[in-house]
Amino acid sequence: MNRINNYDELKEFYKEFSEKLHDKNKQRILICAGTGCQAGGSAKIADRFRELAGTSSDISVEYGAEAAGHPVGVRKTGCHGFCEMGPLVRIEPQGILYTKVKPEDCDEIFEKTIKNGEIIHRLLYKMDDCEYVKQEEIPFYAGQTRIVLKNCGHIDAEHIEEAIASGTYMALAKSLFEISPDEVIKIIYDANLRGRGGGGFPAGRKWQQVARQPEKIRYVVCNGDEGDPGAFMDRSIMEGDPHKMIEGMIIAAYAVGAQEGYIYVRAEYPLAVRRLANAIEQATEAGLLGENILGSGFSFNLHINRGAGAFVCGEGSALTASIEGKRGMPRVKPPRTVEQGLFEKPTVLNNVETFANVPMIILNGAEWYRSIGTQDSPGTKAFALTGAVRNTGLIEVPFGITPREIIFKIGGGLRGGAKFKAVQIGGPSGGCLTEKELDEPLDFDSVKKLGVIVGSGGLVVMDENTCMVEVARFFMEFTHRESCGKCVPCREGTLRMLEILEKITAGNGEMEDLQRLRELSELIINTALCGLGKSAPLPVVSTLNAFPDEYIEHIKEKHCPAGICQKLKKYIIEEDKCKGCSKCARNCPVQAITGEIKSPYFIHQEKCIKCGACISNCPFKAIKVA
Amino acid sequence: MLDDAYYRKADEILAKYPREERSLIPIIHEIQETYNYLPRDLLPYVASKIGITETKAYSVASFYENFSFEPKGKFIIRVCDGTACHVRHSVPVLDRLHTELGLSDKKHTTDDMLFTVETVSCLGACGLAPAMMVNDEVHPAMTPDKASALIKELREVAKS
Repeated sequence: MNRINNYDELKEFYKEFSEKLHDKNKQRILICAGTGCQAGGSAKIADRFRELAGTSSDISVEYGAEAAGHPVGVRKTGCHGFCEMGPLVRIEPQGILYTKVKPEDCDEIFEKTIKNGEIIHRLLYKMDDCEYVKQEEIPFYAGQTRIVLKNCGHIDAEHIEEAIASGTYMALAKSLFEISPDEVIKIIYDANLRGRGGGGFPAGRKWQQVARQPEKIRYVVCNGDEGDPGAFMDRSIMEGDPHKMIEGMIIAAYAVGAQEGYIYVRAEYPLAVRRLANAIEQATEAGLLGENILGSGFSFNLHINRGAGAFVCGEGSALTASIEGKRGMPRVKPPRTVEQGLFEKPTVLNNVETFANVPMIILNGAEWYRSIGTQDSPGTKAFALTGAVRNTGLIEVPFGITPREIIFKIGGGLRGGAKFKAVQIGGPSGGCLTEKELDEPLDFDSVKKLGVIVGSGGLVVMDENTCMVEVARFFMEFTHRESCGKCVPCREGTLRMLEILEKITAGNGEMEDLQRLRELSELIINTALCGLGKSAPLPVVSTLNAFPDEYIEHIKEKHCPAGICQKLKKYIIEEDKCKGCSKCARNCPVQAITGEIKSPYFIHQEKCIKCGACISNCPFKAIKVA
Repeated sequence: MLDDAYYRKADEILAKYPREERSLIPIIHEIQETYNYLPRDLLPYVASKIGITETKAYSVASFYENFSFEPKGKFIIRVCDGTACHVRHSVPVLDRLHTELGLSDKKHTTDDMLFTVETVSCLGACGLAPAMMVNDEVHPAMTPDKASALIKELREVAKS
């Protein structure tokens, strides 16, 4: 697109594009091209629709100037968040959402829905005998407040025209031409925008501190190193609406007087990296990034750095070290990142979701923002709702919502009607909320009182088939593996805790181990160098508090109530099914199975190593696990 | 000693970046993408070109999990063992891949250099759990049987 030279030109572009985007007489087929739906084959669906739209002359589904060269009206968007039901296809202006679409369905959709306005009931979302035509009416969406994710799934993330049409970069222009840098900081400060990466530190205060530094070379860094297992909020924003986050970064740079910025993205997100690179290129071409932005005299350059598979790089000082080309290890603070961050210069470091909040605060004001959410945690939070819940996906809800509303209203309850056991929040740095905490409000300070953190926003729902000791072991194994090794409490402490948990899940635990776990937890929390270490014991402490009986049952009864812990399982041959073929005995690596041909065989538990070789070799499915 | 072509390729990549310490990670990323691994002998070469010591370059390359001095297979299978995948039973999928390919926690690559199997902490595809990635492509809702079928399919791809 051509360079936009000033504020008035941007306003004109916005008017022109926005009218086209919202033209009620024109149809648009929006195909989700997020990581999830792409894995389900959405690229083929988009190709087929393009073919169909290109050959059909009697239908007006065009959009934008490209219509001539580009088959029209068909757009690949970012993630809708409803990954479980993907691939998703949305038809505008009606707002119809088709779920689990296959390439074979395209012709029918085009003939019936696009040409004749007929609904294809088979492809609609259904729940509890109810059918939903419009996306916004589906309980999964109806319970949400999508303001940060508003454009995700509704615009084509690879075309800046669509971002501009939905109002992106208007907040930047407003800042550059109508508000002074100090006032921008004041608005963010007054809005009490808190960091969405986990800590919840007020972004406005961070910006203020950077702006006050005597050093004039300053940086703005975006933390897109979303490493928590079970979290993908930032990935969806980077893939689905990259311009919004970039706009937030430029506004931050203007506010604190930074000239260069970096986006640090995980290497595991190749699509996000591609979309961001594409967005930066388009924004630079359009004069919204780079030298003399919109003719304002303000310049800001943005670079992408890919991570290389180190979870600890989500920690501020480790992340900046990694951008500098060093090992990603945290350092002792102070000096803090706002004083000496990247290249030892004052640095604003916020995460993707935090930056994506900035533009709408500038446009609508601090008061508007504070009207959403709770008093001390204003705004919304994106959560990745996963695990044993019926509707998994990405959701955005106001702070103060209860876990019950999220899991049972938006999430549709547990899959298979299983009984709720716990919801894990905050990933490896968080903990579990149980049945009795389901009605507590979710906000930064309330959950802290319950001994967990909001964290980056992973919500993993667990049913009765989940062993909480094994979950604690799982997270401890993760943090131990990801410990950078710099400080002893984290490097050695997490290993000791992991050893104890492994001992318990193997049936060799002692009651004293529970006390040892508590002592080690306290020590690590108090003495580790960075946030990774300080929060590493939390999943253990939290499960110990909420499910002490489960630990005790593992230790005293040598029994795993959920039937998950491998070493506590018993392999048993069912006599009535066994034909006595001896195949299990021949395949047993430790000769734990004996018997006579043509009569039932027997497994000697004291010898069995629970490798499962007998089960996979039994032709009669006569071996069960108890 | 590596073939000259490796150094020429490295020069090509080096030319795209400023000769500074901070270029190290992007450069070795690109080298690894070219060869599917990081040829150990290229590291001192890259280090000298961007003005850092070999020790420093090695300390960085060995720190990050993504960099591998071992050659990897044509198909790199990364099984997600993030929380969401873990609670939806990703381990049996990994076990099946291991048995199917004769690999283990210690041995990651098949002798014919066709497959490398690794676990990752999270692919961010939690809505599709359990998920895995083959090179850059995500495969959703895996089961042990689907994993076996996929291996078969990939073997066919490799043959043709």
